[in-house]
Parts: sequence; C-alpha cells; structure tokens
Amino acid sequence: MTETEALVRVEGARLHYPIGGIVSAMRGLPSAVKAVDGISFTLHRGESVGLLGESGCGKTSTGRLLLKLDDPTDGHITFDGEDITTIRGEALRRFRTRAQLIFQNPFEALNPRFTIRAALSEPLENARIPRAEREARIHRVMDLVRLPDAAQFLDRYPHQLSGGQLQRIVMARALILEPDFVVADEPVSMLDVSVRAGVLNVFREVRARMGLTAVYISHDLALVRYVCERTIVMYLGRIVEDGPTEDLVREPLHPYTKALVAAVPVPHPDQSHDPLPIGRGAPDPRNPPSGCSFRDRCPMAHARCAVEEPGPSRVGQRLVHCHLYDQADTRPAARGTPA
Amino acid sequence: MTNPDTPRRAGRLRRAFAGLRLPLHDPLAIAGLAIYAAFIVIAIFAPQIATHDPTEILFTDDFQLAADLRPGEDGYIMGTTTLGRDVFSQLVWGSRSALVIGLTAAFMVALIGSIVGVVAGYFGGWTDTLLMRLADVAFGIPFLPFVIVLAAFLEPSIWNVVIAMALILWRDTGRVIRSQTLTLRTRAYVEAARISGSSDVKIILRHIVPNVLPLSFLYGSIAIGWAILTEASISFLGFGDPTSISWGYMLQDAYASQALSKRSYYWFVPPGLCIILIVSAGFFISRGYEKILFPKLDR
Repeated sequence: MTETEALVRVEGARLHYPIGGIVSAMRGLPSAVKAVDGISFTLHRGESVGLLGESGCGKTSTGRLLLKLDDPTDGHITFDGEDITTIRGEALRRFRTRAQLIFQNPFEALNPRFTIRAALSEPLENARIPRAEREARIHRVMDLVRLPDAAQFLDRYPHQLSGGQLQRIVMARALILEPDFVVADEPVSMLDVSVRAGVLNVFREVRARMGLTAVYISHDLALVRYVCERTIVMYLGRIVEDGPTEDLVREPLHPYTKALVAAVPVPHPDQSHDPLPIGRGAPDPRNPPSGCSFRDRCPMAHARCAVEEPGPSRVGQRLVHCHLYDQADTRPAARGTPA
Repeated sequence: MTNPDTPRRAGRLRRAFAGLRLPLHDPLAIAGLAIYAAFIVIAIFAPQIATHDPTEILFTDDFQLAADLRPGEDGYIMGTTTLGRDVFSQLVWGSRSALVIGLTAAFMVALIGSIVGVVAGYFGGWTDTLLMRLADVAFGIPFLPFVIVLAAFLEPSIWNVVIAMALILWRDTGRVIRSQTLTLRTRAYVEAARISGSSDVKIILRHIVPNVLPLSFLYGSIAIGWAILTEASISFLGFGDPTSISWGYMLQDAYASQALSKRSYYWFVPPGLCIILIVSAGFFISRGYEKILFPKLDR
C-alpha cells in the first residue's frame, strides 16, 4: 500500500446490539448480536474503499461506526488523529462538518415537510455559514451534482422529484459543507437501473474532484469495482479480505471472496469461471460458528478452522483472514505493518 | 428569483398553519368547531349578553324575593333560582369558567404530555425509564378523589381542577406521544439531520414536533371535555368554588334546592345541555384530528 496519510483508523472496533432479556440469558441464549466483531483497517486520504458483503454482514453497522451514528462497544476509531468515540460538543460539531453520509434511500432521507432549499440549508446553518453565502453555496453544490438548473428545484418538495434527482439532492446535502470523508451506503440500490449510472458517475466525478476519502457500502461487486480502488470484504461482522479491487477480482484469495466473484452474473474475461459451491444461507448471526465464522459454508474448511479464529495474513498488497494463508506471514514478501 | 425571501416566508407561514391543521373536512368536526366558536363568543361577551349579575339576589316589583320564577315571568328569560338569581345570566357566565378551565387544562395536558413524550421517546435510556415510571404512578392515582383531596389542601377554586389535570392527565398524552416519537426518531431524515450537525434540540423542534402536533391537539381536545366534566362533578359534589358561577355549580344549586321536585326544569336542564354540547363538541373535534392522523380508520 502506498504510504499516504491516514484519515480514518479503525482499531478492533466491535458493535454488539443487546438482545433478549433475563429469561433468554438464563436459558444460555446469546445476549447480543455481534454486528461488528473486532475489525481493524485504515483509510488513507483520498482513497475510495468498497465495503462488500451480503446482507447482515455488518457493513452498514461499520459505516454507522465510522460516522459516529453508533458508538463502538469496544475498540477505537480515530478521524484525522482524533478519537471520535469520545468526542462531544464543539469537537463533535466539527466532525459532523467533515464526515458525511449518502443515504441508501433518498425517498426517506429528506423530511417531506421541507423544500429542497430548506433541506440544503440545514447543514449550512449548523456550520454557521453566514446567510449571505448560503444561496451561492447551494447553487454551487447543485452544479456539482449535475442539477445545474437549481432554481427549478429549490422551492419544490421531495415528493415532487424523481428518485435520481432526490439521490443527487441527498448527495448535494452531504457535499455542501465540502467534507473530507463520505460514507455512501448503497446509494443506488433504491434507484431504477436506468438512472443508476448517472448517479454513480456523479459520485465518481465528485470524489475525484474534491479529493474525497470515500467508503462505498454495497453487496454488488460490479458497482464496487466501478467506483473503488480498494475493497474490504466482510462476513458476519468480520473482515475476510482487504486489498486492491482489481487484484481481488482477478485473483480472490479467501474462499468467500472467491464465491462472491464467481457469483457475479456478467461473464468477464479476466475472472475465474469455476463457481464455488458454498452453502446457501448465512448462519444465524446471533449464534455464529466457533473459530472462523465462514467455516460451515467453506468448501476448504479443516479442523483448525473450528477452533481458531484466523488472524490477518499478508499476501502481496492484501490482508486475508483465512488459515489457508497463514504461512504467507512468514514469507519474505510480507512487508509493511501487519495489523 | 428576484426576491428569494418572500416565497420562503409565505411557505413557512403556510407550514405553520398546516401544522395546526384544523379538521375542516369532517362535518361533525365542523359542527364541533362551530359549537366552540359560539361558546367562545358568549364567554367573551358575557357581561353584555347577561341580563343580570349572576350572583345578585333579585326582587320583584312588590319587594318580594324573585324566587322560582318560571321562564318569561317578570321578564326573566329563563326564570330564577330559589335564591332569586337569574338562570340565564348564570348560564352565560358559566360558559366563561367552563372555557377557561377547559382550555387551560387542555393546554397544560397537551403541553406537559407532549414535552414528556418527546423527551422520553427521543432521548430514551434512563430519562425514558424515569418519565414512564412517573407516568405509571400518575396512572395509579384515581383522578376524582385526587381533585377532592387537592381541594381540601388548597382553597376551593376552579384552578384545582386545572392543577389536578396538569399533574395527572398528561399520562395518556405522554405515553402516546412517546411512542410516536420512537417511530419518528428512527426515520432516515432524523438521522440525516444529526449527520448534518443539527443538535438534539434542533432535531426535536424541526423534525419531531411538527409530526407530533396533531396528536397533541387530539389529546388536548379530549382533555377539554374531561376538564369541564371534572369541574362540573367537583362543583356538583360541593367541593367547587362557591364564588364563581359554573354549570356544575348551577346543577349543585338546583339539586340542593330540590329543583326536580319543584319541576324547575328550566333551571337544571340548560346547564346540563351546555355541558353535553361542549363536551361532545370536544370529542367531535378530536374525532376530526383522529381522521387526519389515521386516515385508514374511515371504514
């Protein structure tokens, strides 16, 4: 990995949601869903990282942790050198101007009672941008998200706009304070296929132009490949593989990543063609398997996987959490800082 | 866009009124509003409408006590009481205390209930636990005996009813508004407001309260009826304020003077009717709000 400045650093973050009560605790049932269970990674400035995984793997929870919408049960998250798990007051307010979220569902992310102008003004008010400057900034950001005829939209209400337009407004709202860091949580999954490309292109373009550090959460490898140079694959609250997207697609290492790549329906000349048979359903997240959480669906599982949780192994530019690659750690190729 | 401020301001006003959302689509609710309007006019102009001082003891021309006169007799529109007071004037002045009690009590109930509900629902945690256990305590206190005890400790006054309602009847409003807030809190746009840096107070005022207001009005309009009924009950039981004329006081006075055996229907039927009218008007209005809130209730 090229040595650039780290913007976001996640160290052993866990997010456990308590479930059940006294009765289920007495029956020996699990007391928490481990939505995020000890993940570590670093986001470098200007980097665009895909967070990939199936439903319930903890990718949205991870995004919420990154933006301090939830506080981790355990572990630390630092943003630009500052531990955001403990900040409040003025420091939190400053953080809110620098880290933003692009919502999954644009139809719900805007209060139906407010005009577009009011929706876009809210972050400006909170950042204490003088009133005189607001209108100009609104127009600038509308240009940025390719809604140049701003006057036509600003006095309308969200229900009067189309999904693609709304998602651009949601994006505009996230970008209006010119943040350093943006988390996009499946920003096109609620949109018609016909407008997805437009929104994605705006996202790519804006990211490049503003030099944003971005996390793109998705279950769709093809989309992640389109917007992100690096990809982190998650499974049941843990990271299974982390590395450059192209490497990951061309030569997936972890059995789960192999299955994901094989599952992409579009035939592609430079991807493996042998689909990997893995079990259909993910296990109950309340009660994940011991050791490696993927072992009950993994065709390569062996005895050790049931006992020991695989740590990160470095393979080239990648980190893989799988016992198959444990030996790689000792190879001379393994340079840099093992997490 | 020559003047961007004007349309925005108009929109804000319109939104403020839309937030109030009087239920003008339902005929019964309109009837309720009309009844209220009529009583409000009567209450405001009570000194002009009333023909006599409601507490003045009246005499006939031949210096006899003007007691138990029938309606129309000696020019008394609705007759007089056993003590020689004008029933019509009492009825007119009674609307004043009824409305004052009803509206202040409703305001207190809606205000306290809404604040408790929004705070408990939005912040959750121990704040929620504390406030909801308080609501449980309020649910455990029997209402009418509590008002009587309060009247015993304080001076008998029409405000006892208001105080008692403020202390106890916020419980239903608080519970319902809390549950509404719980669902609103998880809306994506509330989360979006938080990410854009809005403080809790701002989120509550901007994104939660406008959605909770119709429910507050619903419970407020129910509380009006409750307050008037309670005041009437308290006065009828004799724990009311003897110096202020209310419909409940009129009923108590008539009851104590054996008006029924004297067949003085003109004395106790009108205040009874007024209570029925204004209480049911309150329920009609609340029904209208219910229709706004839960449109699917309509068959």
